[in-house]
Amino acid sequence: MSKVSMVLNGKTVSADVEDRTLLVSFIRDVRGLTGTHVGCDTSQCGACVVHVNGKAVKSCTMLAAQADGADVVTLEGIGTADNLHPVQAAFREHHGLQCGFCTPGMIMTAVDMINRHGAGNLDEATIRHELEGNICRCTGYHNIVKAIKAASDQMAGMAQAAE
Amino acid sequence: MAVEGIGARALRKEDKRFITGKGKYTDDMTMPGMGYAAFVRSPHAHAKVKGIDASAALEMPGVDAVLTGDQLVGNGIGNLICGWMIHSKDGSPMKMGGWRALEPEIVRHVGQAVAVVVADTQAQARDAADAVVVDYEELPAVIDPLAALEAGAPQIHPEAEGNLIYDWEIGDEAATNAAFEKAAHVTRMEIHNNRLVPNAMEPRAALAGYDAAEEHYTLYTTSQNPHVARLVLSAFYNVAPENKLRVIAPDVGGGFGSKIYIYPEEMVCLWASKRVGRPIKWVSDRTEAFLTDAHGRDHRSEAELALDADNKILGLRVKTVANLGAYMSLFSSSVPTYLYATLLSGQYDIPAIHANVKTVYTNTTPVDAYRGAGRPEATYLLERIMETAAREVGLSPAEFRRKNFIRSFPHQTPVIMCYDAGDYDATLDAALKAADYDGFAARKAEAASRGKLRGIGLSCYIEACGIAPSAAVGSLGAGVGLWESAEVRVNPVGSIEVLTGSHSHGQGHETTFAQLISERFGLDTNAVSIVHGDTDKVQFGMGTYGSRSGAVGMSAIVKALDKVEAKAKKIAAHLMEASEGDIQIEGGELKVAGTDKKLTFTEVALAAYTAHNLPEGMEPGLKEGAFYDPTNFTFPAGTYVCEVEVDPDTGKTEVVNFVAADDFGNIINPMIVEGQVHGGITQGIGQALLENASYDENGQLLTASYMDYCMPRADDVPSYNLSTHVTACPGNPLGMKGCGEAGAIGSPPAVINAITDAIGDNNLSMPASPEKVWALYHAGLKQAAE
Repeated sequence: MSKVSMVLNGKTVSADVEDRTLLVSFIRDVRGLTGTHVGCDTSQCGACVVHVNGKAVKSCTMLAAQADGADVVTLEGIGTADNLHPVQAAFREHHGLQCGFCTPGMIMTAVDMINRHGAGNLDEATIRHELEGNICRCTGYHNIVKAIKAASDQMAGMAQAAE
Repeated sequence: MAVEGIGARALRKEDKRFITGKGKYTDDMTMPGMGYAAFVRSPHAHAKVKGIDASAALEMPGVDAVLTGDQLVGNGIGNLICGWMIHSKDGSPMKMGGWRALEPEIVRHVGQAVAVVVADTQAQARDAADAVVVDYEELPAVIDPLAALEAGAPQIHPEAEGNLIYDWEIGDEAATNAAFEKAAHVTRMEIHNNRLVPNAMEPRAALAGYDAAEEHYTLYTTSQNPHVARLVLSAFYNVAPENKLRVIAPDVGGGFGSKIYIYPEEMVCLWASKRVGRPIKWVSDRTEAFLTDAHGRDHRSEAELALDADNKILGLRVKTVANLGAYMSLFSSSVPTYLYATLLSGQYDIPAIHANVKTVYTNTTPVDAYRGAGRPEATYLLERIMETAAREVGLSPAEFRRKNFIRSFPHQTPVIMCYDAGDYDATLDAALKAADYDGFAARKAEAASRGKLRGIGLSCYIEACGIAPSAAVGSLGAGVGLWESAEVRVNPVGSIEVLTGSHSHGQGHETTFAQLISERFGLDTNAVSIVHGDTDKVQFGMGTYGSRSGAVGMSAIVKALDKVEAKAKKIAAHLMEASEGDIQIEGGELKVAGTDKKLTFTEVALAAYTAHNLPEGMEPGLKEGAFYDPTNFTFPAGTYVCEVEVDPDTGKTEVVNFVAADDFGNIINPMIVEGQVHGGITQGIGQALLENASYDENGQLLTASYMDYCMPRADDVPSYNLSTHVTACPGNPLGMKGCGEAGAIGSPPAVINAITDAIGDNNLSMPASPEKVWALYHAGLKQAAE
C-alpha cells in the first residue's frame, strides 16, 4: 500500500491504495468521479484521458502513485452544467456525441489539442490527425471534428475579445 | 429549450450529463457490500474439461467463492437459447446445441467461461481467477466454416451432425434455373463478408443484487432491451420469476446489436449474487469483449446474376454458408435467413431469385446481429455483382442500375418482402449530382498525374426496418412479437412523462421522442421527460435494434398521444361548453375554433386530476397507454457514392469523397439522423478497409485488442456529404422508415467498388488492406505485361 496525494480538480485529496492501483481506478473507484471511462485497458481508445500537470494522459496506463503530487484534472473539473467549457458546449452544439462513452476522453483530448496548437490554429486535417489516440464508434468523427474546430475558433475569438 | 417539433434540429436533452461526466453507466453503479466477479476462461478452442481445482484460489485474499458449471446446472439454471426457429428445406428444425453459462464438460471456443470467482475487489477476483487450475484435454478444432462442413471435420455439438445447423432456402429454384438457361450474360462471383466485432465503446457490464427477504433480484446491465433480458432470464434461464427480477439498463455506451443478447456473464452474476450472498459486479475488459461479445457477418457466398440481351436482370442465384460460431446466440438464426435473403432483390425488379443458406458451427465466438444484421451481407453481395456485371457488359454502373430499378409500388419481390414506397431514381440522381459523377474522368486523370489510382464506386442499398409485424415474424419462426409499447402520463401541472419500451444507447430518444409531444401539444420539450430502460418503470417493451425505435417505438407513442388528446379535448369541450369537434390544440392551449375561448394545457390537466367537473361518467386522470404492432416492414433506401485514391506503391486506399443520398421517410430530428448516418458509414468503411476478426488455425483470436483489431480512427475517414429525399412510409402514422443501420449497410460495397474500379480488378475481398490491394494491382500489371 502507498499513500497517494494529488490535487484533483482543484482539491487536494489523498488515499492509501495498493501500489498497482491505476490512476483511472483512483479517480473512479477511490474518488467516485465516474466521468472518466475505461474502454480498452491498453491505452488505445482514449476514453480515460485526463490532464496531469497540464498534459493529456491516458489514465488507464499510469499508476496512481506516479501522479503523487501532481495536478490532475478530469472532465468534471473543466466545466459544470451551468458553466460549460467552450469545448463541452461545442460538442453539444454540433452533436459531437451519441452514446457519450468516449466523450470524456474526446473532450479532454480536444482541450489539450487546443492548448498545444493555440486557439484558432486547428484545421480539419490537424484535428483528425490529433484524434489518433481516441476511438469513437458512434459519430464517425464527422461532428467531433466540427465541434473541436468550432470550439477552437470560438476560443480564439474570446481570447481576442479579452485583449 | 423551446417548442421544438417534428423536423427541428433540436439539441439533445441528454447531452449535458454526458459532456459534464455525469452519465450513469452500469460500471458507475454501486450496491452496498458489493463484490466483483472475474471469469475463468478457456484458452482452448475445443477441449474437454476434466477437472477444476479452485483450492489455491479460495485461499487468496478477499475471495468469497469459486463457482463452476456443475453448481450452476445443479441449481436448475437453464441453457442459453436461440429464440428464432428456422426449418431446413427438408422441413426439419434447426439443430441447436446446448449452451451453459459456465461449461462443465466441453468448451467450444477460446474465452468460454468455465468458472467464476467472486472477491472483494476486481483485482483480487482477477488474481484468483488466474489461480484456478483447469485440467483440459484438447480436442481437434475447426475454425473455417467451409472446412466445418467437410466430411471428417471435428464434430462440435452432438445435436448437429456434420456441424450443419440448418440448410434453408428461399425463392423459386426452378424459375430461377430457367431464367439462367435463357440468359444472354451471366456474371459469377465469390463473395465473402468478413467477420467483425461490434465494439461498442462501453464494454459489457453487470451489477446484480439479491434481496433474500423479498426473494427479489435487481440487475443493472448494458442492454439494448431490458424487458427482453428479463423475459429470457425468467422464462428460459430460470433465474427468477419476472415479478421478482428488475432489470435496469441505465446509460448504455453503444450497442450496435451486441447488447441485444443475454450473455452468460449477466446470468451468472444474478445467480451468484444469491448463492454468495452479496451484490456482484462484473465489467468486461476489452479482450473479454473481443472473445465473448457476439461477432457479426462472416458469410461465404457464391452469387450468379443472369441478364437478358438488353441487360435487364432475369434472375439471381445465391449459395451462402454462414458461420454462427460455437453456439447459437439469441437471434443468430434469423440473421442469415429472413434478415438477409429477403433483401436480395435490392432496388431491382428481379423476376426470379433463389437463395440457399447453410449455417454452420465452428470453434469460434458466437455470431449474431451486428448493425444491419443480414442486410449488409445482402447489399454487399448484390451491389458487388451489380457493379461487376455492369463493367462486364460495358454499361455505366449507374445506368445499369437505373435500367433495372423498381418504379411502381407496392412491389412484391420473389423473396417475401413487399416494398411499400420508394423513389430510387431520386436518390441515385441526388447522389450522382453531389458526387459530380460526370466529372470523374477529369479527376481520375488529375490523380494519375500525381501517380495515384482514382476509382469511383456505387451502392444502391435497400433494407427492411421497423422490425416487425408480430404475426408475420411469428409465422417465420420468431419466438417473440416485435411490437412496441408506450405510456403517456400527463401530470396535474401539465408536464408529461413518456414511458417507452424502446431503449436509447446513443440514439437520442430523450430528445426526438420529446419532439413528438412538443409538436402535438405545443409544449416546451423541457416539460417532457422520456422514461426508459427500467422494467420496474416501463411495463414492457421490445427494445431498440433493427432501426425500429422511430417506426415502431414512436408509433406507439403516437397511439397513446391520440388517446390523451381525445380525452383532453373532451374535458376542454365540457369545461368551455363547446362541441368536442370544435376544440383545437395550438401553442399549448386548447381553443374553441372561431371564438376567443381557450384553456391552457395545464388547466385541462389539472381539471383531469381535481375531477371536480368532468364529463358525466369520465374517469379522473390523464394517462394513456398503447401497444403498436407494425403493419409491414419499412424500406429505407438510397445511393452511396465513394471515391478513392489508391497509392500504387503501397496499396493504401484513401477515401477522398463519400456521398450519401438516403430516403428514410419523414424525419423528426435531421441533426440526429445525420449523426446516425455518419457513424454507420464509418463502420462500413471500417469493414471495407480495416476491420477483420482473424483466427489462427487453432482458434486463437489474433485480433483481440485494439492493438490488433483495426478500428476506424478520425484520420481514416473523411467528412461526409449527406442528403435526404423523402417518400413517406405509408405503413405507420409518422411516415418514418428508420435510419440507424443504413450507413453500415450501404457503404461497404461502395468502397470496394471504388477500389476495384481504381485497380481494375473485381476480385477484391474485405478488408481491402494495403497488402491485398497492392498484390492484386501488381498481379494485374504483371499479367498485362505477359
